[in-house]
Amino acid sequence: MGWTILRHLGAWLLIGWPAWVLAADPLDSPSWEDLRKRYFAGQTVVFDEAVQVNAPVSAEDPLNVPIGVDASGLAGVQEVRVLADLNPIVEILSFQPGRAQPRLGFRVKLQQSTPVRAAARTADGVWHMGGTWVNTTGGGCTLPSTGSASADWQRRLNEVSGRIWHNAAAGPGQRVRIRIIHPMDTGLAAGIPAFFIQDLLVADASGHALMHIQGHEPVSENPLFTLDLPEGQTNLAKVRVTGRDNNGNRIDAWVTP
Amino acid sequence: MKTRLAIVTHLLFWTLILILGLPSAWSAEFDYQLQPKAVAPDTWVLQGRLEDFSFANGGNIVNTAFITTADGVVVIDSGPSLRYGQQLLAAIRKVSAAPIARVLITHHHPDHFLGNQAFPPASIAALPGTIQDINREGKAFAENMYRLTGDWMAGTEAMTPAAPLAPGTLEIGGHRLELLALAGHTGTDLGVFDRTTGVLFGGDLVFYQRAPTTPHARIPAWLTSLNHLAALPFQVLVPGHGPVTRDGAPLRQTRDYLLWLDQTMRDGAAAGLDMTEMLARPLPPAFRDLAVQPEEYRRSVAHLFPAAEQAVLEPAGARR
Repeated sequence: MGWTILRHLGAWLLIGWPAWVLAADPLDSPSWEDLRKRYFAGQTVVFDEAVQVNAPVSAEDPLNVPIGVDASGLAGVQEVRVLADLNPIVEILSFQPGRAQPRLGFRVKLQQSTPVRAAARTADGVWHMGGTWVNTTGGGCTLPSTGSASADWQRRLNEVSGRIWHNAAAGPGQRVRIRIIHPMDTGLAAGIPAFFIQDLLVADASGHALMHIQGHEPVSENPLFTLDLPEGQTNLAKVRVTGRDNNGNRIDAWVTP
Repeated sequence: MKTRLAIVTHLLFWTLILILGLPSAWSAEFDYQLQPKAVAPDTWVLQGRLEDFSFANGGNIVNTAFITTADGVVVIDSGPSLRYGQQLLAAIRKVSAAPIARVLITHHHPDHFLGNQAFPPASIAALPGTIQDINREGKAFAENMYRLTGDWMAGTEAMTPAAPLAPGTLEIGGHRLELLALAGHTGTDLGVFDRTTGVLFGGDLVFYQRAPTTPHARIPAWLTSLNHLAALPFQVLVPGHGPVTRDGAPLRQTRDYLLWLDQTMRDGAAAGLDMTEMLARPLPPAFRDLAVQPEEYRRSVAHLFPAAEQAVLEPAGARR
């Protein structure tokens, strides 16, 4: 603790000004100060280019905006939170990387153009934040899911499909992609209550967590997650996916290569 | 004192500029500067810009055309707005005083039919699938065009073609038009082949020097349609977007691009790439230099990649 304070003091001396005074939001968001109070009260947040959010500058489909969060430039990431400032539901998801890299690909529903930001908490409790603006025609959050209009999802709810890769195109380590059939209704479309996956654990065959994901309403229908394992990890034979949605429906499946 | 004089002089000068300058600026506003070019006997094409929709171009990114016949004028597509339709009609009137016999709408995308209001309602015709698509999506398309191009759209409303077209031969004023019911760029695409002049109007099945758009594309059907068009004995080819040619180069370029796009989606999905990684991929030189790249490629990733992903994920399966 004392060391942390010393290090912060050192940083202040080097820069000549406390970090929190310097730290104007690089995304110039109208709601950042509110978000800081709501989600990071009493905690240290630094803007750090080691946390990358990859998203299209202009999103073609507001119901499926691809987002890639990458905090692998930081050591010892405990947790990553992803927020969309101007979305009616700000929280998109959180994850705690276990044996997987602190990196996750997924898609979201956006209601309007907004900053999308990711904050990675390191072992010292500091949140390192990066982000990007996404422009979109919007409307993604107040539309009913296609699943809510079909009988098919009831039969296939929480059905998992996926695959495990090990090739150069996907990255130096193994990659896991998992898709779950779920309407992911936001509760903002008239007459359709919120219905979404809240909890997802991806583990290896011996039960070690690769990643723990807490989902919120804005994650796109039939969520598709991309996880990467560290370089050199090539022995992943199968993956177990367990979890539940906010109505208590369980998810439990094995994904093989 | 000198300063005050200078200020007064300045004020007078700028007031004069404003008074003299504004009316000409007003009259120049919302003018698409449409210039019909003769491409064959009786046949005129108005080529749009090789761009995406913007306030600067007012949505004029599309090719429209007309054929003057003894029984009136046949118009092919009415453009992106009421203003465009009105200015298209004015451009036609510089060439021909004949009545509008038919307005043929090639498909339901907004740049091809939102000028309908400028033409006699009964003359506007499309294949039944296009009529259904305009009924379903036309209003949302028009709203989106207001967002993209602003006041260029003033007064524009989606107007559904009144007359359903049957594929086959349409004899009109000495021109023998073959109406081809095709598909692939959208669910229903109309090709028009004028057997009398040898001009083939490909609609948006054919792009040239501008990247094809794919929001409603089904690539296998599109490729079949291109083969169908390539088999016709045309002399002049009018793409939906891009310059008119006297050879089949636009058909080949569109086909090659679609084949590459389809393969790229499959390869990316098979390699396990995430959508953000697909978006970041560099384009090969042959397609990188087309107009509106890499934007159209990136849009196509949003349209086409999810199905390719699903195809590689589902067979792998997962056991409960």
